[in-house]
Formats: sequence, structure tokens, C-alpha cells
Amino acid sequence: MRRSLPIGLHIPGDTVLHRLSPGPKLSALMVLSIAIVASPGPIVPVIAFVLAVIVARWVGISRRALIDTLRPLALVMAVAVSYQLWAQGWPKAVEVLATVLGLVVAASIVTATTAMDEMLDAIVRWLGPFRRFGVNPDVVALTFSLMLTSIPTVFTIFGETRDAAVARGMGRSPRATLSPAAVRVVAHAYSTGDALHARGITDPECD
Amino acid sequence: MIEFVDVDVRVPGPVGELTLLTGVSAKLTEQRIAVIGGNGGGKSTLARLTNGLIGASSGSVIVEGLNVAEEAPKVRRKVGFVFTNPLSQLVMPTAAEDIALSLRRTIKDKKARSARTSEILEEFGLGHRADTSVHALSGGQQQLLALAGVLACDPAIVVADEPTTLLDLRNSRAVAERLFSLEQQLVLVTHDLDLAGRCDRALVIESGRVIFDGAATEAVDFYRASVSP
Repeated sequence: MRRSLPIGLHIPGDTVLHRLSPGPKLSALMVLSIAIVASPGPIVPVIAFVLAVIVARWVGISRRALIDTLRPLALVMAVAVSYQLWAQGWPKAVEVLATVLGLVVAASIVTATTAMDEMLDAIVRWLGPFRRFGVNPDVVALTFSLMLTSIPTVFTIFGETRDAAVARGMGRSPRATLSPAAVRVVAHAYSTGDALHARGITDPECD
Repeated sequence: MIEFVDVDVRVPGPVGELTLLTGVSAKLTEQRIAVIGGNGGGKSTLARLTNGLIGASSGSVIVEGLNVAEEAPKVRRKVGFVFTNPLSQLVMPTAAEDIALSLRRTIKDKKARSARTSEILEEFGLGHRADTSVHALSGGQQQLLALAGVLACDPAIVVADEPTTLLDLRNSRAVAERLFSLEQQLVLVTHDLDLAGRCDRALVIESGRVIFDGAATEAVDFYRASVSP
């Protein structure tokens, strides 16, 4: 069975970060993101990445889960880092690598220490004032959670499709992998929509 | 109670309209009703009519006195729908969070919601998997969780569209026993004729028509005979 990615998965615990409400954590993530991106040179991103890994381990994210989280980025990062190495030298390459990995690990810390129910409550609360402009906070919150939940599903679908292509002797053919996977992802989106519809989750209050 | 009154369902096809169901009339009052028949015959379409996932092209579907075409949101509160593939139904990262999503509408207090979530997971033997990713659950656990999520909304009727098709024998039995222990009215679309035979009534659907409607054991015999060479 294919391992699913831990992105978005809440890991129960009793650390300070677990007890903190989602607002301060998301604010801190935003500040950290700006600081890392705005700082010149590789030193701040590297320090941020190392600290993020330490904190991730402290809140209970296993080494294996961290690797699983970062592995899908390997190809993209290899291309990006190679380009930066060629175009601007190793400091820029290290900066780019540490920035992306640091931010992904930091985001994983937020999702790992925040139950989705709390996140939904927070989003609904924050968007409450926008109801008067026609925004439905419950739907926005649900969309957010669906985005997180869909990431492992999409990876699973791509993995299964690649396995099917390999089994038919077409393992290296992008056409045998990408097109069917895209069709299956769309089909999954439709069936998820049906399921949400059936559960009446997005229906207006009607009591 | 579900009532189909001369229901037709037609959808656009590659060449003209495609008729999925035609002339379906039935009043389902029994506790457990099975819907059986061949692939593509219209069983799932019939099930989907019950909570507005698909609309009737003509005729009407009445659920607990409500016309589905006119009051779909109210009907959906009364009809819980269990899909074949539980993963398309589980929309939150972990088991507990998915149950909590179902409870959000009825239980506003977070602590009360959390407590009720734990109770429901325990009832379904999933208490120890509360914080597990829905993707890491076994197929049987996923289907039980999907059913638990549906029942958390306290529906009057449960419609299950081939809920055991993807499961092995052990998990299939576990899900079936759970379904048959429900107090709610159960409409079960299934290819498992043993399960269908345990119902109070069964409809056999072929080519968009109800070709047999009666006692479940008789319906199963009729269906077996109709597919025998």
C-alpha cells in the first residue's frame, strides 16, 4: 500500500504549540515567511530551516514523516537549485533550497499542531464579518480543509496511475501517466463534490 | 418513507438523450429495501434520486413528505448517503476530524462536539484510530468511518450505494452487520445477493426499469433466474 503524505495531518500532543490557537501560529508563519524571503543571503534561511526541523521533531513529527513531506519537492528543487547554481552561484542555490524547505517544514508544524476542527473554527471566526458581503465562511473553511486533504489523494492517484502504466510496459511514457491521472483527479473531484452535496454540508440553514 | 411517482431520468448522451430510468413508481415503506440488478441498469441513479444528487426529468420523488426537487436541502438532512468508495466521502484529514465535520452543524460547542466525536468513534470500534489519517485506515475502517459520518447527522433514512463492493469478506461483513443493525430505514444498492435476501423487500432494476418488486427472497430468485444462461 502506498504511503500517504503527512501534509495537513494533525499530530496530537501537549506542547505549547499544540495549546496555542491557530491565529498566533498562522501569524508567526506569515512573519517567518516574510523574514526568510526578505533577508539577503543564505544564512537566515538556513538557520530558519534548521530551527524548523528542530521544532518539527519537538512537536512530534517523525523523521520519516518529514522526509515524506519534503520528498515530493525533490525534482522541482533539483531543477531550481541547479539553475541557481549555474546562474548565480552556490550562496543563492543554498538560499533558495533552505527557503523553500524551511517554509514547507514550518507550514507542516502549523498543520501538525492544529486540529482541523480548530482551524475551521478560526477561519469561520475570521471571515464572519464578510458574511454581509456574501462570503460563506463555512464554505471557505471547508475549501481550505479540502485542499489539504486532497494533496495525499492526488499523490496516491498519480502513484497508482504510474504503477498501472508500468504494469502495461509504459512506465516512462508521460502520456500513459499524466492524462489518466488528470482524468482520475477530476473524477475524484466530482465524487467529492457529490459526497459533500449528499452530506448537505454546503446547504444553507433550513431548519 | 420514499415514494417514486412515475419517475423518468434522462441525461444528454453522445447521440441524443440517454434514458437512465423510466416509469419508476414505488412506495418504499419497509425497514430494509434492497435494489439489485446488472451494472448500468439504473440502481445508483435510483439511489441518487433520493437526496437530489440527480434530479428526475419527469415524475416526482417524495421523501418523508418532502418533494426532493423543491426541498432538496431539507431532504438531505433526512437522507444519509453512503458511497461505494469511502475515500471520496471522507473529506477531512483524520477520522476524528471527519466525524467532527458532520457534527459542526448540530453541535456548536467545541468540547461537546469533541466528546460526541469520541463517542461515535468508539461505537464504531474506531476509537483507537481517531487521529489516524483517513488514507491510512483499512478499506473496512474507511467505510465504517464514512457510515459513522453519515449517522452523525442523525438521518431518518440511510441510502447505501454498493457499500461493500470494494471490501474483503471480513470488512464486508462488518459493514453489512452495522447497516442491518440500524434503526433507520435502509435502502441498500448491492450486488451481494445474500445481503439483498436479508432485506424486507427488493427491487430488481434492468435497463432503467423496475422489472420485479416484491419480497427480497423472491426478488433474488427472480434475478438469479433472469441471468441464468
